[in-house]
Amino acid sequence: MKKIEAIIREEKLEAVRKALAKDSYSGVTVSEVSGHGRQGGYKLQWRVGEYHVDLLPKVKIEVVILDEDVAKVVNAIRMNARTGEIGDGKIFILPVEDAVRIRTGDAGDDAI
Amino acid sequence: MAISGADTAWLLVSAAMVMLMTPALALFYGGMVRKKNLLSTMMMSFAIIGLVGLLWVLYGYSLSFGTDHGGIIGGFDFLGLKGVGQEPSFIYATTVPHLAYMIYQGMFAVITVALITGAVVERMKFSALLVFAVAWFTLVYIPVAHWVWGSGGWLIKLGVLDFAGGTVVHITAGVSALALAGLLGPRKGFSQKEPMEPNNIPLVAVGAGILWFGWFGFNAGSALTSGGLASSAFVATNTAAAAAAFTWMILSWIYKRPSVLGLATGAVVGLVAITPAAGFVSPIMGIFIGAGAAAASYYMMLFRAKRMNVDESLDVWACHGIGGTFGALITGVFATVSVNSAGFDGLLYGNPMQLLIQLVGVTVVWVFAYGMTWIIGIAIRKIIGLRVSQVEETIGLDLSQHGERAYGGMLR
Repeated sequence: MKKIEAIIREEKLEAVRKALAKDSYSGVTVSEVSGHGRQGGYKLQWRVGEYHVDLLPKVKIEVVILDEDVAKVVNAIRMNARTGEIGDGKIFILPVEDAVRIRTGDAGDDAI
Repeated sequence: MAISGADTAWLLVSAAMVMLMTPALALFYGGMVRKKNLLSTMMMSFAIIGLVGLLWVLYGYSLSFGTDHGGIIGGFDFLGLKGVGQEPSFIYATTVPHLAYMIYQGMFAVITVALITGAVVERMKFSALLVFAVAWFTLVYIPVAHWVWGSGGWLIKLGVLDFAGGTVVHITAGVSALALAGLLGPRKGFSQKEPMEPNNIPLVAVGAGILWFGWFGFNAGSALTSGGLASSAFVATNTAAAAAAFTWMILSWIYKRPSVLGLATGAVVGLVAITPAAGFVSPIMGIFIGAGAAAASYYMMLFRAKRMNVDESLDVWACHGIGGTFGALITGVFATVSVNSAGFDGLLYGNPMQLLIQLVGVTVVWVFAYGMTWIIGIAIRKIIGLRVSQVEETIGLDLSQHGERAYGGMLR
């Protein structure tokens, strides 16, 4: 099992979710996060002029998947979250020891 | 003179509308600060509603509108509302109960003190603010109100026109805000250009909307009667606010995008500028007054942000000080006795002297408000200190000053 944590652009969330659902991973956890990588930040309007905001709003998608699906899922996220501009985000792949479905008690790959 | 039911009804409703402006100001300011200081910012306005509401009936009204002493200050005759009853005053608003006139004036005192708080948000100690409010109300608001509006006041005798408080309310508050912000020093992180992101622009918009509504009581109510003059002031007020809101929106659009915060700010600036003029000028002049004030205030705000090294946080000076000054001076240009026989003609109607008189009034009040605020501020800084500690400022004033937070609970 692997956990995929993808930090992506807010506006790419729907496309990425659709792609994941197509790969039969319709169950995901999504949160609104702030941060920045190489993209420095952005400017917002004040009453006159602008001010700089260095933490950008991003979306974090978390999904736990089967080992054999890693390449497929990472590629699906990448293709659907990409614009080619700085600030497209990152995908992290983490090992997962086990998983348990609370309702049934199913464990391991069956819980995914 | 007999009491007029219509005049009394309009003045009481107007007083209630002006009262609502201070909670509106709490929203307007509250939305512009960071999340951790939202409550403390709103609390400043609300506390002043209570504080000045008391001081006004105890001694404020008496010293502002009581029997004149040398043109400088009112007397003690109305102390604790002694002699202020259901019968009209002999001097002021002679068609309504004296009590109605008194409480109407009281609402102006409340919002004037509250306006200043925009300069000191996110760092001023609450206890120091309360002490400042008492001192400033007593030593700045009361004298200026007496000079400009009190029977026998020296500026009113000089011929200064101030229909609803461009000088008494907006110049005093705006100029004092600049002085106090200078003494208080900038917010932590201001010099390093840390982002001071407004936590809730919808609150600002709602606040501006309620201010606009309340301003009809402020300006049209200042006719003190319910007839033609009130209607004229009402239309002038709306026209100026509309012109200013639109002007600011266009200016922000030229710069980048049509800004919500900008439009809300512009509306308030237009309302400020029409305040001294509302009942002296032809309503259509509101277009020029609103648009002109918005442009003046916009560029002064830009100047403050870029060139002046002072964290006058919510630009009370640029909005109210500059807007009020613009309005007070333009009153000396556009005023006409054809609108209000109790007024004077301005420059445009063949009386250039009126502009000069307005300039004298503006200058006197600028110097007095700045100087007196500086003295009060220095004294409080010496005795109890003006600022919260660095740690309290970092945590935010909601928690450190009030032990509360605006949004509770991690989950819904």
